[in-house]
Amino acid sequence: MGDKRPAETLDGTPVTMAEGSPPPTAFLEVRDLRIHFPTDDGLVKSVDGLSFRLERGRTLGIVGESGSGKSVTSLGILGLHNRRNAKVSGEIWLDGQELVGASPEEVRRLRGRRMAMIFQDPLSSMHPFYTVGDQIIEAYRVHNDVSKKVARKHAVDMLGRVGIPKPERRVDDYPHQFSGGMRQRAMIAMALSCDPELLIADEPTTALDVTVQAQILDLIRDLQEEFNSAIIMITHDLGVVAELSDDILVMYAGRSVEQASVQDAFHRPLHPYTWGLLGSMPRLDRERSERLLPIKGTPPSLINVPAGCAFSPRCAYAELNEGRSETERPELAEVEPGHRVACHLPLERRRQIWETEILPKL
Amino acid sequence: MKSPKVWTAMTAGAVVLSLGLSACGGGDDGDGEGGSAATKFDAGSNGIVNPSDKKGGVLRMGMSDDFDSTDPGDTYYAFGNNFVRLYSRTLMTYTSKPGADSNKPSPDLAEAAGVPSDGNKTWTFKLKKGLKYEDGSEIKAEHIKYAVARTYDRGVLSHGPAYFPQLLDAGDYKGPYKNKNLDDFKGIETPDDYTVVFKLKDPFPEFNELVTFSGQTAPVPPDKDKGAQYRLHPLSSGPYKWEGDYQPKKGGVLVRNENWDASTDPNRKALPDRIEITAGLEANEVDNRLLNGQLHVDLPGSGVQDAARQKILTDPKLKANADNPYAGFHWYVPISTVNIPNVECRKAIVYAADRDAMWRAYGGDVGGERSTSIQPPIIAGRQKGTDLYTSTAAGYKGDVNKAKEALQACGQPNGFSTTMVYRSDRPKEKAVAEALEQSLGKAGIKLTLKGYPAGTYTAEQFGSPSFVKKEKIGLGTYGWAADWPTGYGYLQAISDGKAIVPAGNSNPSELDDPEINKMWNDVVKLDDAAQREAIYNQIDQKIREKAAILPNVYAKSLLYRPQTLANVYFHAGFGMYDYANLGVTG
Amino acid sequence: MIAFIVRRLLSAVVLMFIITAVTFGIFFLVPKAAGVSEDDLAARFAGKSPTPEALAQVKERLSLDEPLPVQYGRFVKAIVAGDSYDTGVSEVECSAPCLGYSFRTSTPVLDEILDRAPVTLSLAVGAAVIWVIVGVSIGVLSALRRGSLFDRAAMAVALAGVSLPVFFTGLLSLAFIVHAWGLLPSVDYKPLTQDPAAWASSLILPWITLAFLYAAMYARLTRAGMLETMNEDYIRTARAKGLPERTVVTKHGLRAALTPLLTIFGLDFGLLVGGAVLTERAFSLKGLGQLSLDGVIQSDLPVVLGVVLFAALFVVLANLVVDVLYGVVDPRVRHS
Repeated sequence: MGDKRPAETLDGTPVTMAEGSPPPTAFLEVRDLRIHFPTDDGLVKSVDGLSFRLERGRTLGIVGESGSGKSVTSLGILGLHNRRNAKVSGEIWLDGQELVGASPEEVRRLRGRRMAMIFQDPLSSMHPFYTVGDQIIEAYRVHNDVSKKVARKHAVDMLGRVGIPKPERRVDDYPHQFSGGMRQRAMIAMALSCDPELLIADEPTTALDVTVQAQILDLIRDLQEEFNSAIIMITHDLGVVAELSDDILVMYAGRSVEQASVQDAFHRPLHPYTWGLLGSMPRLDRERSERLLPIKGTPPSLINVPAGCAFSPRCAYAELNEGRSETERPELAEVEPGHRVACHLPLERRRQIWETEILPKL
Repeated sequence: MKSPKVWTAMTAGAVVLSLGLSACGGGDDGDGEGGSAATKFDAGSNGIVNPSDKKGGVLRMGMSDDFDSTDPGDTYYAFGNNFVRLYSRTLMTYTSKPGADSNKPSPDLAEAAGVPSDGNKTWTFKLKKGLKYEDGSEIKAEHIKYAVARTYDRGVLSHGPAYFPQLLDAGDYKGPYKNKNLDDFKGIETPDDYTVVFKLKDPFPEFNELVTFSGQTAPVPPDKDKGAQYRLHPLSSGPYKWEGDYQPKKGGVLVRNENWDASTDPNRKALPDRIEITAGLEANEVDNRLLNGQLHVDLPGSGVQDAARQKILTDPKLKANADNPYAGFHWYVPISTVNIPNVECRKAIVYAADRDAMWRAYGGDVGGERSTSIQPPIIAGRQKGTDLYTSTAAGYKGDVNKAKEALQACGQPNGFSTTMVYRSDRPKEKAVAEALEQSLGKAGIKLTLKGYPAGTYTAEQFGSPSFVKKEKIGLGTYGWAADWPTGYGYLQAISDGKAIVPAGNSNPSELDDPEINKMWNDVVKLDDAAQREAIYNQIDQKIREKAAILPNVYAKSLLYRPQTLANVYFHAGFGMYDYANLGVTG
Repeated sequence: MIAFIVRRLLSAVVLMFIITAVTFGIFFLVPKAAGVSEDDLAARFAGKSPTPEALAQVKERLSLDEPLPVQYGRFVKAIVAGDSYDTGVSEVECSAPCLGYSFRTSTPVLDEILDRAPVTLSLAVGAAVIWVIVGVSIGVLSALRRGSLFDRAAMAVALAGVSLPVFFTGLLSLAFIVHAWGLLPSVDYKPLTQDPAAWASSLILPWITLAFLYAAMYARLTRAGMLETMNEDYIRTARAKGLPERTVVTKHGLRAALTPLLTIFGLDFGLLVGGAVLTERAFSLKGLGQLSLDGVIQSDLPVVLGVVLFAALFVVLANLVVDVLYGVVDPRVRHS
């Protein structure tokens, strides 16, 4: 693995992209992405060798606890990390263009136009001093050479499309005058204002109540159908993933531990961490008392990631491997078509545990 | 006037000396014009530096504070009385000469010195004729009567001296603001427009000196008086007049008064065409401007600040432009006769005091001279006196054994405790207090030191007998300068029992000794100045015998005269340069 | 908005009455508590060795013998309805708002204040322009180049600027720039209306000295505010939109970072107009600060009261302007 990593200059920018790697076939392809932050306490390896692909019109759900590297990954794709304090390496191919090695200016021009992001907490993510309209107009005009008037009309259209009533009036309101759901709609309108082909939604519904949540998810789905965009849905809520995604990527400590279709992930998960996530997922049809089975322990420090399997200290089955989990890092391996897992436990044993120990408790 | 030849010879000597100095100092700026500018250190203390009769130029004067008042009838500071001479003439004024001669009264508005009669109880002055104010109107005897009458109202004119109400026989006259009829003021009679007759309650032999020292006999026409606001533009009788109004705390400009007749005025040369006064400058800024020639005169005339002092004393070129005369002050330490009633205990304090440290606190040689009498050397007829209870043999360090003997005699063989006060914002006084704390401590006299702000010290703390009593203050730092340079002018206010007042008391020793009081009562009956001076010296001796005052140093000030300042000399009457006779060059 | 301003002005009036009442109290009651009698107080105004009669006259003239509420009542009445002043010779009219007459110079206090206000205002405005421009620029650059040599050097200088008293820097700059090197003329204030060039050149050194102190403070505040703001979610959003970095910093970052500075600026500026005591002292500028300092030193109660009142008025006004501006800058304030 090590020899595949591109050389780095001191400030973390890769000298070249990996030579000789095959040209990507997918719309978005991330290869061996590493995002490290040097700090006074040591190197924080927020993302450490992440690879995945995504096609147009498809939705990838990235799940994991806080600090697993989900958001860092999405910001990395958008090129939003400050190169002064973040070391980014690996490859990100967007429709045949490599982004890690591209100049900041090139990436900036793609941002908001070909790839856009919906942030969680729309209140803090929108500027309090400017009207919603102004912020959408700004996003549109930076990539489209149009008059203010045209841009304003576009902003009103966008607000109407995301379901804001009387958009021609609300366009002049400030974010704080909107309700939480409306703010998120406005945020989506802003992200979609340039018809992006890749949309990253980072916990788009966490701050919202359940009814509004459903409306927003419906909206995203409808818009995806309309624009045929590729969507990355970042969340710790497996329910959202189940509802919206085609594929799922489970992240732990900056790495992918399981990648599968939604079907596989929910019905035949093969990583103990995924089991834990499923166990902690709230379900309406479950009794209150046994509702949550939290994963014991806390996520590891990203500075001192445990040798071997990063999940091993919290894994109930790690001792079944006679210490291998503590010393050797499991690589992501395709165990079934389209289903990759990184775990040392024998596949059959895992299937058996899932069937006999985990599933009945869910 | 001395002959010009004498001065030329003196300046020539000065040139030689200063060349010698600048050779060591390394280079001379060279003073192209005339070559008479070269001077030496302290040359202005006894002679005229840059003598000149050349008219013209702008004289710039500055100060860090302000006048107490620009009303000639309402100023008490020596520099105020010096300054108001530029626009006010009085019956008598000081002679304009360098050195000791300047102490003598010289007729100003008056034709000659006042003539006493009725055993020194009546003083008659005759005015010169044809003298005019700045508006061209004539100066009349009644205007002087009115000017003196004004000084009776201490509410309106609160700053100036209060000698006239004390001396004149005017019943309970309250001043022209409360009683508009000037005829009710019986203290002065004006039989005609050119005669002023003062009627005194008691004999007072130094009346000419009294009218000389202050601006209170400067005439004020009643219809021009603006009461408390007259100070903003007093009607000029002198060589200059205010251009517009004086702006308190800011400054003002004096321009020539065309109605002043130089031929009637031998005391003022009035050389500059214009005089600019700036008040409220930062103290060190005054010195800096003085040193770079932007200012010609530091008005208060008390000398430069420490920073400039260092600079001047270490640079021979600068030092040649400085004078180091007696400032007129004696910095001494009154000992309370109320809180320390036993003379032996007071003597112990004097014996034990480390006079050397006290002297060094004031800056050593340049700061002043160790005093031997209460009257400073500037006082006419003052005798040098001796240190009664100070042992010079031990290097002025104090004599613990003698002090202990005195304590024994006082009945306090183990010493005693008392409080000493000082002005907390005056580092020198603090140093004096600390020196005393240490040296008296060796004899067993324990001092508790307390500092108070200078602004209130002489009015509310050390100057308030009730406060002194309440706080059991035994001694404190103090300084005194004469109103006029005689023994009466210096000593009366600080040693006469009658001088003790409830606030702003200038006799903090509260010396109320029958013997001394009697001498004060009797001395005023003597016509002969020499006889009076003998009594003053006896009083001086008595004060020291009674150990009511611990002498310290006769202050010397370090005055700087920029090279562009002409006709400069130290005037003993004011204790600074004579402002009415300065000129500017270049 | 109007109601808001009116309400604020009314509370300002109340505040000023409280402030003057407290000043009155400090002037009369504190010395009394320290054992100073009315005679002693009068002796401050009565020259050398005053007799008891003289003290009585001074007390009567300055009304020091009247009960405190009566004196305060007269003070307030003079402001509202004017007063007359007895010069001794005649009564001089002092129309409302009359701040009384100086105990020391017998001049109307309002005239003195109006005469000096331009000096202090010139000083404050000029210094404020410099310190805002310099302080904010350095703060922004420091924040954007956080940890760089520039940042560290700027913050070290700023720390020095904040720590050094203006009196020290002022006298130092005078000693060298004016007196030793002669780079600038002495500070001699000339009115703007008379000669703008002389006005500016006479004030340049005080401006810089005063601005140094504040610029240092504002640089640190701006830097901290900017660092905080640039970490805000909406800045990330602005970048995600593909805005050029310059737009992100100026339009989105700076505006939000500077808004809290507005409050501090309002206070600082208001206080400064009330008198930059140390700067005025160091540069011998005859502004309100010097006036109040002299007033305090000389126990000139009417002057002290007048300046305190004027300063309070300015602080209140400056804060009012800030509050109004805040509404303009931050729509959240406007709508709440």
